[in-house]
Amino acid sequence: MAFFLETLIGGLMAGMLYSLVALGFVLIYKASGVFNFAQGAMVLFAALAMARFSEWFNAALGGDSLLVANILAFIAAGGVMFVVAWVIERLALRNLVNQEGATLLMATLGITYVLEGVGQTIFGSEIYNIDVGMPKDPVMMFENVFEGGILINKEDFIAALVAACLVAALSIFFQKTSTGRALRAVADDHQAALSIGIPLNRIWVIVWCVAGVVALVAGIIWGSKLGVQFSLATVALRALPVVILGGLTSVPGAIIGGLIIGVGEKLSEVFLGPYVGGGIEIWFAYMLALVFLLFRPQGLFGEKIIDRV
Amino acid sequence: MIYRENGQFKTSYGADQQIFPIAQDRWAVIAIIAFAFVGVPLLADEYMFRAILIPFLILSLAALGVNLLVGYCGQITLGAGAFMAIGAYAAYNFLIRVDGMPLLAALLLGGLTSAAMGIIFGIPSLRVRGLYLAVATLAAQFFWDWAFLRIKWFTNDSSSGSVSVSNLDFFGWNVDAPAEKYLFCLGMLVVFGFLAKNLTRASIGRQWMAIRDMDVAAEVIGIRPMWAKLSAFAVSSFFVGVAGAMWGFVHLGSWEPAAFSVDRSFQLLFMVIIGGLGSIVGSFFGAAFIVVLPIFLNQFLPVLGRLVGISISTAAVSHAELIIFGALIVFFLIVEPHGLARLWATSKEKLRLWPFPH
Repeated sequence: MAFFLETLIGGLMAGMLYSLVALGFVLIYKASGVFNFAQGAMVLFAALAMARFSEWFNAALGGDSLLVANILAFIAAGGVMFVVAWVIERLALRNLVNQEGATLLMATLGITYVLEGVGQTIFGSEIYNIDVGMPKDPVMMFENVFEGGILINKEDFIAALVAACLVAALSIFFQKTSTGRALRAVADDHQAALSIGIPLNRIWVIVWCVAGVVALVAGIIWGSKLGVQFSLATVALRALPVVILGGLTSVPGAIIGGLIIGVGEKLSEVFLGPYVGGGIEIWFAYMLALVFLLFRPQGLFGEKIIDRV
Repeated sequence: MIYRENGQFKTSYGADQQIFPIAQDRWAVIAIIAFAFVGVPLLADEYMFRAILIPFLILSLAALGVNLLVGYCGQITLGAGAFMAIGAYAAYNFLIRVDGMPLLAALLLGGLTSAAMGIIFGIPSLRVRGLYLAVATLAAQFFWDWAFLRIKWFTNDSSSGSVSVSNLDFFGWNVDAPAEKYLFCLGMLVVFGFLAKNLTRASIGRQWMAIRDMDVAAEVIGIRPMWAKLSAFAVSSFFVGVAGAMWGFVHLGSWEPAAFSVDRSFQLLFMVIIGGLGSIVGSFFGAAFIVVLPIFLNQFLPVLGRLVGISISTAAVSHAELIIFGALIVFFLIVEPHGLARLWATSKEKLRLWPFPH
């Protein structure tokens, strides 16, 4: 029982990390109808920027104040993501308005290559560490409830907390601020939003910025877990089943989808994996999402698809 | 002036419905095929065959298959690499497990296996569509990546999933020199190219296009969506599977599952979109563009660097390649979202009126 719970909790926490990446997809899809394959590259780019800036600032400050260096690096990396968002909107998306979904998808794949190349040219292509002072040691919990207790990774726990805070902040931003309302208006109907005077181009820059910040947070958490390296870009592929399971247009969907996928992956790997040779995590997530899709083609929380001839 | 169909009267239904109704097109295609069969083997050297021509021919075949599904039937797939892998490994198994299996039969059986799997993994298309479907097809990609790595039976118990095929024997013709491999691939491509062209002109192709344009409306006028979508998946997977088998057998010789990774799927989709969705000739343009561009960049960038006087490290070259490749793709999508085939069609239209543009 304790082992099962441990796996379950591990899965939930991994799921929160997937949700973070999935969130970036959903934000951009909602506001601009672009299925942003570059989200993984943005995570890599942001993590690279964060790792190197923190290294440089730390050296510049004499190495005695890691916290200040990290805060400065966070701000600098956020600035870099803003520039990236602005450039993408200016050079690519603005010229691709009204194209088909597949064309936009391919354009973001092109952007992926550019981001990967530029990121590695500017920031280098070795493996870097992000040290934001997250505790790495596991703790035992519920020792009085179960025999032996449950082993929980503190790092995962903090990551899950951060993710939860980010989601709360995003929902407040979307519901309560005027920019957030404008974003939702654009998501509902581009033309109607334009006609009441919402500047579409600026909104897109804002959305890509928000997605960039989400990517930055995801990059920091993933980066401090796994190290910042090229393979970070592939987390996008791990997050895709989360997005379609939760629905492309739903922020809560991304969270719940992430949790379901996280738990499903971990449980399947632990309890099913040994029978078939292991390594089934990645396709199991897709299969799980597929099964859900067969019953709800628009994802769990996606907008209902209405067919009109 | 030259490219004009004035005076070419169609006096029978057959003449009206032939594949290339304009005589100049017909002769141009015949000339290109003849040149490819006779001229190219005399002109090209071994590097050309190995690095450019053979990959181009095989990947055009795969791109044709993907175009049938994505361009003609409107079902976006990101799992084409998996079907190439299925074709390759199935053909391999047929070749080594059945005594005296001829090469051609193994390739076609590989394609058929891939088609069967295409039908199974096409079933979600009956419920989901668009981008959801694209992600759903990734399931096929990751599942088969895993299966060929972990299930030893598929790879004849080799440890790393790597298998090799030697001694290609095509009805007594030993296909081993690069020029012979080229001719073999070219022959296959010509046959499959005409097959694809005719499929899209026939009733089945029209059904696919109706489903692509609006599936509810197509259903209302009596097209069975299930039959149309699954047949598109089957035919597309067959093409892609045969291409995969040829990629393994003829081009690589020995391969492992990583040869058909998700990057291959993206590459094929790039070819189709850059070449032109729903265009047979576009598949060839797209394949040529995607095959030649990285090689060109790889050769050209260091030369350019020397000209400006900076020596570029290999890592920087590969990064610059990524950047330029990505930027060119975005650029192409912006200036011509309908692909190279549309540029070709426009220039043909211009040629017809030339030199009097009105």
